[in-house]
Amino acid sequence: MDKNKIRIENLTVKADNTEILKNISLSIRQNEILSAIGPAGSGKTTFLRCLNRLIDTEEELSVQGSIKMDDKDIFSPQTDLSFIRRKISMVFAVPTPLPMSIRDNLRLGLRFQKRLSGININERIEKSLRAAFLWDEVKNRLHESAMKLSGGQQQRLCLARSLMVKPEVLLLDEPCSGLDPISTAEIEEALKNLKKEMTIILVTNNVKQASRTSDRTVFFLMGDLIEMGETGRIFTTPKDKRTSDYVSGRFG
Amino acid sequence: MNRKLINFISAFFYTLTGLACASLVIIVAIILGNIVVNGISHVTWEFLSTAPKAGMAEGGIFPAIFGTAFLVLLMTIAVVPLGVSTAIYLQIYAPAKSRWVHAVRMAIQNLAGVPSIVFGLFGLGFFIEFMGKGIDKIFLGGELYMGQPAIIWASLTLALLTLPTVVVSTEEALRVIPKAHREVAFSLGATRWQMVRYVILPQAVGGILTGTILAVSRGAGEVAPILFTGAAYYLPYLPTRLNHQFMELGYHVYVMATQSPDVDATLPILYATVLVLLTLTFTLNFTAIIIRSKVRRKLKIGK
Amino acid sequence: MKKPLSEKIIEGFIHISAAMAIVSLVLIFVFIGKEALPMLTSHEVREEVTVTQMVLPQSPEPGEPKEFSWQPVSRVPKYSLMPLFVGTVKVTVVALLFAIPLSIMAALFTSEFAPSWVRESIKPVIELLAGIPSVVLGFFALIVMATYIQNWFNMDFRLNTLTAGIALGLAVIPIVYTVSEDALSAVPQSYREGALALGATPWQTAWRVVLPSAAPGIFAACVLGFGRAIGETMIVLMASGNAPVMDLSIGYPFRSLSATIAAELGEVVRGSGHYHVLFFIGVLLFIFTFLINFSGQLFVDRLKEKMAGTK
Repeated sequence: MDKNKIRIENLTVKADNTEILKNISLSIRQNEILSAIGPAGSGKTTFLRCLNRLIDTEEELSVQGSIKMDDKDIFSPQTDLSFIRRKISMVFAVPTPLPMSIRDNLRLGLRFQKRLSGININERIEKSLRAAFLWDEVKNRLHESAMKLSGGQQQRLCLARSLMVKPEVLLLDEPCSGLDPISTAEIEEALKNLKKEMTIILVTNNVKQASRTSDRTVFFLMGDLIEMGETGRIFTTPKDKRTSDYVSGRFG
Repeated sequence: MNRKLINFISAFFYTLTGLACASLVIIVAIILGNIVVNGISHVTWEFLSTAPKAGMAEGGIFPAIFGTAFLVLLMTIAVVPLGVSTAIYLQIYAPAKSRWVHAVRMAIQNLAGVPSIVFGLFGLGFFIEFMGKGIDKIFLGGELYMGQPAIIWASLTLALLTLPTVVVSTEEALRVIPKAHREVAFSLGATRWQMVRYVILPQAVGGILTGTILAVSRGAGEVAPILFTGAAYYLPYLPTRLNHQFMELGYHVYVMATQSPDVDATLPILYATVLVLLTLTFTLNFTAIIIRSKVRRKLKIGK
Repeated sequence: MKKPLSEKIIEGFIHISAAMAIVSLVLIFVFIGKEALPMLTSHEVREEVTVTQMVLPQSPEPGEPKEFSWQPVSRVPKYSLMPLFVGTVKVTVVALLFAIPLSIMAALFTSEFAPSWVRESIKPVIELLAGIPSVVLGFFALIVMATYIQNWFNMDFRLNTLTAGIALGLAVIPIVYTVSEDALSAVPQSYREGALALGATPWQTAWRVVLPSAAPGIFAACVLGFGRAIGETMIVLMASGNAPVMDLSIGYPFRSLSATIAAELGEVVRGSGHYHVLFFIGVLLFIFTFLINFSGQLFVDRLKEKMAGTK
């Protein structure tokens, strides 16, 4: 349980002259749910986007420091970007189903892989949808457009779509920000089950969600890592005053 | 100013601008009406399916229809991959706001403004004299094969002329695809090309189709670029090879209208040919407009 | 990162094709220029024709009065571009005088006064007009319009500058209308509301507020229309009468630069002075339209930035 999955050292992200992330170092354990909290603009989404190198698509940002998964540097030039992004998959804040059928949405990630023989696609679709608590709602309409689903269903579809590529790490960027409480609860429940199989990093604006779901919590503020620790401790006896102010709702 | 004068000027202004608008509609109606009324009676199946006879005074225009279709087909094969790739580059591959992108955009806009007769000169000077003659010299020891006016050179000339149309339509379609869709593909392990192939292009099909149809419509109506690059007044055979010359509807209209020994005798055929050409370009344009508005509506709903 | 070969090829193609537009423009300039260059470099060509002869008046025989004359296939070939230049300018002026007021007024009506159903039905009509191939407009001018215009204005020649100019105007209307309409609709709604709130009538608002704000865009529309008119070939070729007459009257036939290329290139001997002169005219047209479109486009871009700033 205590084995480190990802180790981040001296991570700094700059845009022109402003630092979005300042010299962040932390380790993420295997099979934990780590939540990253902090007010808007604190750098937590940028932090998430570094982990699967989606940050590469933003040309104006420069990244320094190292991120290692299983002791392999993901920023090394030898790294296979496709492989990294499959192993570290991401679910976005806004549900982003693509305008195609539910089934095609799910299959999408598999199309990017070369050798697919030996995979039972239908089986994997069912497994992923069940893990995202969506199977019963869509099992008879896999060929319908994904755009017809409700917001909550769409977000669970996006979760299932990420699961299709069997990630070892799952990144979630405020996955419940636009959802109703029932959908939110379903996604949280799904995450708790999923952590048996993978490591989960959850960025959230919702402090209560962090305290409900995560094992450990890290608090970002203005690009600095202020405090990190077991979720229970962060919420009961934070060491830093800024952390206690934030988790008790005094700002942010 | 007194009230009456203001009212008078108001009324005058409305009427004047309204009349301008109405006159545009009337002008278009007169042109189309005149061509339809004078041309329709002569458009028969026989007219569409047979070759001209008796020095164009009798017979049909099948070779011209065939030549036009062949010409725009070759043009499409050349321009669509080029135009779509250019648009993909500009919207997806290129670093945003670079000087190079700006230069490419300027070049496309300027290419759209080059007079069509200049494209004709270019087709002659570059494709025929340089490429064609060059091919003959290198591969055939100077024997005349490609270095002469031919359907391939005419279609390539038209492809350059219609390139901006395809680029602009495709770009419009690509621009509205949310950036988030790219990130979804990346986060599932797509390479950049896989992202384009499986996520972007399926959504851009409508825009690409619109651009293609508009380009075909434009290409089918242009005469100046093919004057010296391959169009022929009359040919006893249909073009079947890339180095054949060809008959073409617009060119046929031009020649019949200006060089016929007896314009009155050929007038019914001339009108019918114009009607066929217009029907062709309008059908294409309307199809493009319908597809475009459907795509736009779908995108609005999708948002 | 390991990419399969097919993907590398495709991405290579994408990068190359982006350069194609620039390459094409350069190639157009180079290859037309290449055929025009002997005008300046080749001794043989210069014996037949020089740039001076194309610009300044010449005496056909020693002792005769000097004149501007385009007669490339006479015993003593005469290559004065002046008649062609005058013809081009004449027909362009007529076309713009016809097209610009009509288009701008129509654009003003659709963007400011017309109910939305009118606006929505005008657009397809303009697209129809834009979709008519120029050879069809040329045909219509030659066969139908010419007769009526000759009778109405009681002209000596059936094919004359007025007929060709109006037909050419028809080809210019869509571009002037579309760009003007864009410029007018880009004027922020708040400008209109502000004027109306101060008690201006709709036409006062249009005249004093909307039109001045959209002026740069409308100017650009005219410039782009001008570029289109200068280069248009088929309409002028068919409806002008093709006589290179050095005369400013709109009742006379004429010959334009573009139509000259179209009419004569098919019959010239490759490599002759005449051949190179025609390419030289092509270079002139290319540079001319390039400059016009370039400046027009700059204007439109600048305006778009400005409008984007105020919204």
